[in-house]
Amino acid sequence: MLIATSVSSGVVVLVGAVFLTCCVEMVEALTIVFAVGHTRGWRSAFEGVAAALFVLAALVGAFGPALVSIPLNILRLVVGGVLLIFGMQWLRKAILRSSGLKSMHDEDAIYEAKVAELRASGQSQGRDRIAFVMAFKGVFLEGLEVVVAVLTLGTSAHRLGLAASVAGVAIVVVAVTGAVVAKQLSRVPENAMKMSVGILLITYGTFWTGEGLRVRWPGGDTMLLGLIGIYAVVSWLGVSLLRRTQARASRVAA
Amino acid sequence: MGFARFWWDFLIGDTPELFVAALTVIGVIAILSEAAGANVAAIIALPLLVVASLGISLYRAQGVSRKQ
Repeated sequence: MLIATSVSSGVVVLVGAVFLTCCVEMVEALTIVFAVGHTRGWRSAFEGVAAALFVLAALVGAFGPALVSIPLNILRLVVGGVLLIFGMQWLRKAILRSSGLKSMHDEDAIYEAKVAELRASGQSQGRDRIAFVMAFKGVFLEGLEVVVAVLTLGTSAHRLGLAASVAGVAIVVVAVTGAVVAKQLSRVPENAMKMSVGILLITYGTFWTGEGLRVRWPGGDTMLLGLIGIYAVVSWLGVSLLRRTQARASRVAA
Repeated sequence: MGFARFWWDFLIGDTPELFVAALTVIGVIAILSEAAGANVAAIIALPLLVVASLGISLYRAQGVSRKQ
């Protein structure tokens, strides 16, 4: 019973972390693809997307098996360290945005800026090189973060196949949703998703850094749920505290 | 070159303090886990150090925001 609980909690946290990370990154990539497609035409945009997905798939194929052959303790320590940094960066940004210290990530503003940039560069004959490169870069750079998340989370948990499948599902879900709601990606609660991803990445970072350094966690994988709880409470406290100091500073300034 | 820049932005970017903090956390926990019987201390110190690192970075961001 205890084993079943610990296995399922580990899998649930892994699926959640990979799915949310992929969704957030794909929303950002989709904004760029929409801007390119609407402004310069869809053919070159889709070609750029296809080329980027091909290169990303090749990277997973090349580095996935190589990562599996690294001793698990070393892999978990390196992955744990990377996830700690990445998770703290995401959570820091999400807390600053929720407390009003940093402006929200506005997909509409990003879309408008990209459209203006694309309109400023002249139209090309035949295959649109600018559209291809813009779509390729957008999907490749955002996708590279997805690849890092899938490879690190998947290999450390010995569930690379599951992590890759979940990422595939997330990409399809975001693409279909994006196609249905057209370019209204600003309605996606991106900061809340980023906050959740930050909490999950820090949780995994803490857990695997510990495992890599031979720390024996009480309850094994079930400890992941405890760490999620700790970091969720800390995030909530961080947002509340920063909001209060912001309000006090505004009153003093007024 | 582009790949190196990606990793620089990915790991360091505009928050070098978090990169240094992660290395410090790993160093401290490595010392604790090597010491006999320090497993409980490592279990408590690991999340505590992560929270402290995040707090310091948020405090620094708040200071920068006030100056602006």
